[in-house]
Amino acid sequence: MMETVSPQPAVEFDRVSLHFEEKTVLREVSFRLESGETKVILGPTGSGKSILLKLTMGLLKPNSGRIFVCGQQITGLSDEQMFPVRQQVGMVFQEGALFDSLTVAENVGYVFERMPQVGAEEAERRVREALRFVELEHTLELYPSELSGGMRRRVAIARALVSQPRIMLYDSPTAGLDPITATRIMTLLVKQRDATRVSSLLVTHRVQDAFWMAVHYYDPRQEKLLPVSQDGLRRDTRTRIVVLREGEFAFHGTVAEMAAQRDPYLQKFLF
Amino acid sequence: MLGLVNDFAKERVLAAQEFTELSARAFQNIFRSPHYLQDTIVQMDRIGFGSLPIVVLTGFFTGAVLALQMSKTLTTFGETSLTGQLVMLSLVRELGPVLTSLMVAGRNSSGIASELGSMVVSEQIDAMRALGTDPSKKLVTPRLIATVVMLPMLTIISDFVGLLGGFVTSFFIIRLNPSQYWYSAYHALAFEDIFQGLLKPFVFAFIVALVGCYYGLTTRGGTEGVGRSTTQAVVAASVLILVSDFFLTKILLWLLD
Repeated sequence: MMETVSPQPAVEFDRVSLHFEEKTVLREVSFRLESGETKVILGPTGSGKSILLKLTMGLLKPNSGRIFVCGQQITGLSDEQMFPVRQQVGMVFQEGALFDSLTVAENVGYVFERMPQVGAEEAERRVREALRFVELEHTLELYPSELSGGMRRRVAIARALVSQPRIMLYDSPTAGLDPITATRIMTLLVKQRDATRVSSLLVTHRVQDAFWMAVHYYDPRQEKLLPVSQDGLRRDTRTRIVVLREGEFAFHGTVAEMAAQRDPYLQKFLF
Repeated sequence: MLGLVNDFAKERVLAAQEFTELSARAFQNIFRSPHYLQDTIVQMDRIGFGSLPIVVLTGFFTGAVLALQMSKTLTTFGETSLTGQLVMLSLVRELGPVLTSLMVAGRNSSGIASELGSMVVSEQIDAMRALGTDPSKKLVTPRLIATVVMLPMLTIISDFVGLLGGFVTSFFIIRLNPSQYWYSAYHALAFEDIFQGLLKPFVFAFIVALVGCYYGLTTRGGTEGVGRSTTQAVVAASVLILVSDFFLTKILLWLLD
């Protein structure tokens, strides 16, 4: 895989701080998510991982600092002004956050309600395509309550990618799932990364998810995931790891760099 | 101690500010697209038609018991023929709007708060915003319009059923002549009474819908928080209805005089 660094990052945080009353959630956080890059954000519960995604989506406003999404500063934008920016970002929420009262097809096609330029037929075709990608085309008419936890996450992935976003945000997509289902979800994430070359921020507390993203790639010919060093060629999956500790970055680098760290805090994630 | 009072006061002022902002936004949304007509109709069905059984029952028995109480007092003066008049005026001016609104608040403010609260804790509201939908347009305004349209209608039904309840008591228990009951009831009614009786539910509808939405959308703390919001919504809506009824009556009496 060729590494191309675009001058305009997909997401950029510039000294972003956020406080909830007296508690500091993020302190002067700065980073760039380059186009086509994946950052896996690791950290314990309450370290501010999910907050980072909500700030990127404009669902929360920082107390100080600037956030850029696709080159546009979003910190001062209203919800209405955010709409064109959000169309370029797909977000998978922690528990899926599917709308209970809508069917799977309605959930996935929900975004087209605000996109009159996409006709009904085109919307239906894209909904089917997105559901086919997550292998759930047969659930079109079912309600979220009729699906298993893993299926709900997959529908949430389909809903996030149906508008063909440039950036994907995943908030703990494997949390609370059994290992087989979690692997299936991670396979979808790698497939999505390599098939569309989207930039991604993946929040997780499972270090194995970070390793899975970093050391696998999707081979479209064989239609399966393969290890990056499968045929002697070392492919760059453009996956970097970020470890959050009490609202600050404790580590930022590759999987190999992380594995070489001797910091006791980082060691806790590895072993 | 002073710090605690200070924090409590700040919290209340902030809540009042948030409530005012939500109300203003919900009202402005009526004139801004997109309009969610289908959601409004669904809410009309849930709030209006869904509340019909309790409103009819409340109205009927309120009218029936009013007639019973009034007749007892009126017998002392030998004026039982005025039972219809008293039932009519009490119902149309006061009991119809207030009791109907309290019933609808108990049923719908809680329902709205728990529904929206569940959506908040399961991140559905965030997902809605992320997908480009303004929750105040999609969730608050349809509920507000539906309540404003349906509550006055429910009050009219409740008034009529209450009058019927009063008649049943008057005819079967007090043994009053039916024409006497209906004649005194009909002739007691003036424009001012109808105006009062319909303006009140119109105002109370804002309280029922907006209080439910406010507590729902400000839910914090998982499923326990949803339960807390639901209870708070019913208490706040009921108290606000009763307090505003006093001031509204005072203003209306002053204006109509």
